[in-house]
Amino acid sequence: MSTSPALALALIALADDHLILGHRLSEWCGHAPMLEEDLSMPNMALDMMGQARNLYTYAGQLEGQGRDEDDLAYLRTDREYKNCLLVERPNGDFAHTMLRQLYFAAFMQPFWEAAAATSSDEKVRGFAEKAVKEIAYHIRHAGEWVIRLGDGTDESAGRMRDAVDALHIYTDELFCITDDMKQCVEAGILPDPAAMRAPWNQTIEHIFNEAFLTIPEVPFPQEGGRDGRHTEGFGHLLSELQYMQRTYPGMTW
Amino acid sequence: MSNQHMPLWEVFIRPRNGLDHKHAGSIHASDSEMALQAARDVYTRREEGNSIWVVRSSDIVASDPDKASENFDPAGDKVYRHPSFYDIPDEVGHM
Repeated sequence: MSTSPALALALIALADDHLILGHRLSEWCGHAPMLEEDLSMPNMALDMMGQARNLYTYAGQLEGQGRDEDDLAYLRTDREYKNCLLVERPNGDFAHTMLRQLYFAAFMQPFWEAAAATSSDEKVRGFAEKAVKEIAYHIRHAGEWVIRLGDGTDESAGRMRDAVDALHIYTDELFCITDDMKQCVEAGILPDPAAMRAPWNQTIEHIFNEAFLTIPEVPFPQEGGRDGRHTEGFGHLLSELQYMQRTYPGMTW
Repeated sequence: MSNQHMPLWEVFIRPRNGLDHKHAGSIHASDSEMALQAARDVYTRREEGNSIWVVRSSDIVASDPDKASENFDPAGDKVYRHPSFYDIPDEVGHM
């Protein structure tokens, strides 16, 4: 049995993670608390968009229905997006945004490293090799901010703790595996997301330790994005994300 | 952004191996690690360099502009300090 249809779906979910988180980061453009971060966040957003583009394009080819990156990124309805809930959570304050980035990057780093080293698919290896360098910077940048805010003033530490309370409940979904992903894992094309839990825990524990933050117990983890069930703000996000392509179909610049 | 938590840093970039670090501008950051990251984001987005130095602006000791005349003007009439009084043999070509 060909793994192409499963791989296309698994790559679309991965691409959705990158597109949506990249879009959230781009919302800060022009609104960051300081000029330095006003450049840094769009920088990271562009890295994520670049990765999403590669993944969508390849998924479209595997799918073989003539859908290109723009069709996949801009012309689907909300239920067709399979990103995890974490990446679509609103920006909140700067502490929320940096923590969300750290949670995601701490997952993607070992994921891409494993894919670069072991994927049986040459294209996936290529995407992974490029992404490894970019994600290493994201983890460092977001991690250093989490440490400085957590170990900062009473105000910044309080905001950091609020961010942990608000976002930690969404982290379990990173390690969930869909049926499509499972096929790709068994075929040796993608690493098993569940295997990233140990390195993720290690990264987060290390940073939280320095930031005087505690990893909370999560009795009821929130998930659903991988099945297309999203949180309330997602429709608003999509309306902004898709506006140009919907209003001027096929537009280019 | 308060200067107490976010002091100013001067950024120096080396465009290529073998060249000197040149002053590129300044950024605000809480400490040296964050200053390097900010400098990377602000000044090396278009492959401007392969090495960055950051220095706390307050650690730079600068000459006093009011003393410019006593510092620099005395060099003005000492043309013999320029190596412009040698005959260069033709074989040397352009120096």
